[in-house]
Amino acid sequence: MESINSTGSKELQWKDSLTTESPLVRRLLIAAAFLYLTFFLFVPLLAVFVEALKGGLAAYVGSFLNDDAIAAIQLTLLVAAVAVPLNALFGVAAAWAIAKFDFAGKQILITLIDMPLAVSPVISGLIYVLLFGAQGWLGPWLLENDIKIIFALPGIVLATIFVTVPFVARELIPLMQSQGREEEEAAITLGASGWQTFRRVTLPNIKWSLLYGVILCNARAMGEFGAVSVVSGHIRGLTNTMPLHVEILYNEYNAVSAFAVASLLTLLAIVTLAAKAIVERKIHSPAIVADPIAGVQAGSSR
Amino acid sequence: MRLMLKQPSVLPGFGLTLGFSVFYLSLIVLIPLSGLFFKTSTLSWEQFWGVITTPRAIASYQLTFGVSIVGAIINGLFGSIIAWVLVRYHFPGQSLVDALVDLPFALPTAVAGITLAAIYSPNGWIGQYLDPLGIKVAFTPLGVLVALTFIGLPFVVRTVQPVLQDLDREVEEAATTLGANRWQTFWAVIMPELWPALLTGIAMAFARAVGEYGSVIFIAGNMPLKSEITPLLIMTKLEQYDYAGATALGVVMLVASFVLALMINLLQWWSTARHRNQ
Repeated sequence: MESINSTGSKELQWKDSLTTESPLVRRLLIAAAFLYLTFFLFVPLLAVFVEALKGGLAAYVGSFLNDDAIAAIQLTLLVAAVAVPLNALFGVAAAWAIAKFDFAGKQILITLIDMPLAVSPVISGLIYVLLFGAQGWLGPWLLENDIKIIFALPGIVLATIFVTVPFVARELIPLMQSQGREEEEAAITLGASGWQTFRRVTLPNIKWSLLYGVILCNARAMGEFGAVSVVSGHIRGLTNTMPLHVEILYNEYNAVSAFAVASLLTLLAIVTLAAKAIVERKIHSPAIVADPIAGVQAGSSR
Repeated sequence: MRLMLKQPSVLPGFGLTLGFSVFYLSLIVLIPLSGLFFKTSTLSWEQFWGVITTPRAIASYQLTFGVSIVGAIINGLFGSIIAWVLVRYHFPGQSLVDALVDLPFALPTAVAGITLAAIYSPNGWIGQYLDPLGIKVAFTPLGVLVALTFIGLPFVVRTVQPVLQDLDREVEEAATTLGANRWQTFWAVIMPELWPALLTGIAMAFARAVGEYGSVIFIAGNMPLKSEITPLLIMTKLEQYDYAGATALGVVMLVASFVLALMINLLQWWSTARHRNQ
């Protein structure tokens, strides 16, 4: 009975109940929410595309068809191609250790994973400048051996990895903790190898969250501005990522091109939000209920 | 010794996954972050104190922390309303609005920055109506507030929303049946349940705003003593190769972030503890 009420006729139940506001209050609250979202969300979102297309379609396309823009797009893709797989690998490893085992210092490890989210992006870049910059700890040695990290690709990759460390791990840890260990323990007891267990038992259970974590990590890796800005040196055609390219164009009063490149990054953000909505639906749909027994019970009560 | 530190398990891969995680985190996070503190120790206490208490630095703290808390409170109010409307009411486009609330998370900060600056500048979409009223948003501290409010938007909605969803409506029914009006029910029955989540959301929005850089610098105008945030001051010092100065300010920001992170953890613990008691 409980499940019928909570899924089937939610609207009816609420309309009939004593626990709602008068229609006037309801409308006022919805209007307040919409007004706020209009100023801070809808108008900015719309403005990106309108400003980008202000100079017509030719100018819009032209914003991407020059050496600087192409170099910026290539660099952004390259940085994400290094940072995202590394952080995905780390996320899976950390989630396996944290969710499947009990050990001392687990909370410290979780806190450490979250650390980059608490730190200002400028500081995320600063710490690498202090380590690898000309005046940094390893600066003289790097100079002697002619290795460039700051104001070059490795620095941009490192700062991006730092900023995006938590994303895959944070998606997986709570999910894998809630799924428990019984399925993996059963597989191992029945003779499966560790890798087989991960691939056949764990991976199917976490694939949607893993995918969303990767998409989120990728969006952040491609869009990171502050940290990359500190370590990049803004060398056109060489160390300019897409967000930095947007900044340069904007400061040169080339608004159409700035918003054109920005619109590409905005599309990436929209794809990320769509992916989140889809993954949430997948996780909550009864078809992939992680625990088969709970799935059967949920089915029988309908 | 090993057995005391780790509970026995039949599952494999503990050493490999934990070893890799610790190695990776040390290399990427721990060593670079501790480098910041080592660098500071090359300054004497007087030098350090001198750098972090210049009038320009203090003005930047006042702006950064002051505007961040105002933005977080605005988000506390409107975020609660948005969460309430999304959970309790039905209106066209609801799921689209629900999905779009996360936009400030997903949108690169530089994009947010140039867009907000364009909209709220005196000839922008919204700015042109505010300008005749004498309200200047872009290139003033008010612009900083707009940017920091924008990036904090999802936090309160996403912390309050699940609590509202789990709220037992029978308690509200009981309150109504016993003669309470809707307003009394809200303050005496619903709000006590929401406080921990609401405060967590406000604290998270505040913590995010304090460190924010990209979305602010385009709209702020960046006038020293007036509209210059602390992260930008760090950036300026770096560009002048004043590494010691940048580091000292970085340590101030980092300590503030740690204190805030600790506060948020305590709030979340309070929040879940309340939840479990029911």
